[in-house]
Amino acid sequence: MLRISGDPIDAGLELNQFESRAPGAGGIVTFSGQVRPEAQQGEVNTLFLQAYSPMTEHGIEAAIADARSRWALDDVLVLHRIGEMKPGDTIVFVAAAAKHRRAAFDAADFLMDYLKTEAVFWKKESTARGAHWIEPRDADYADASRWTKKETV
Amino acid sequence: MQKILYFGRLSDVTGTSEEMLSIPAEIETAGALREWLDVRFDASGALLDPTVRIAIDSEITFDTAPVGDASEIAFMPPVGGG
Repeated sequence: MLRISGDPIDAGLELNQFESRAPGAGGIVTFSGQVRPEAQQGEVNTLFLQAYSPMTEHGIEAAIADARSRWALDDVLVLHRIGEMKPGDTIVFVAAAAKHRRAAFDAADFLMDYLKTEAVFWKKESTARGAHWIEPRDADYADASRWTKKETV
Repeated sequence: MQKILYFGRLSDVTGTSEEMLSIPAEIETAGALREWLDVRFDASGALLDPTVRIAIDSEITFDTAPVGDASEIAFMPPVGGG
């Protein structure tokens, strides 16, 4: 399941609801990402995130389908916030449920790597020194490339 | 009238994230539209950057794609990720 919305994400509430939707799962892994308070340019005032519907949704749905084909998952949830956010706000929440923990850990990790590098979002950071659009870091691309390497082994 | 979208840093260059536009009949392809808009916005090549991809009705396409029947054309700089 996927939801992209300008509404705040309550990670605790989402976990509770996810747990009740996946009662038979042996393991649930969740990741929640928050807006960082500091950037290279200084203290972050706001972070603005822009999506392009339905292209953004289609891409994430395809990544979820890919995760489901790689691991035996009982359920998957991806929530992503768009619009204007403040430091400390939850920007993304990913949950994966599986019979065994490794599949749940790997699927959540895989989905986060997709979201950080390939998901169709544009991100603008505003600091006291001005606003600028940011792109993925080299480390994000290196993380994401782990999953393509795996296929060729 | 066709809807044109400018994402990410391009909206800073164009001053808008979307507009309704009557594309002149002689602008037949996505590539020609790119060049025409770059001049129109005095964008100094920002729209010509090969990393800026063009989507027609939500499908990423090539500069050779015809734009005549498109209802929505999006100019997409590299994504920033979530």
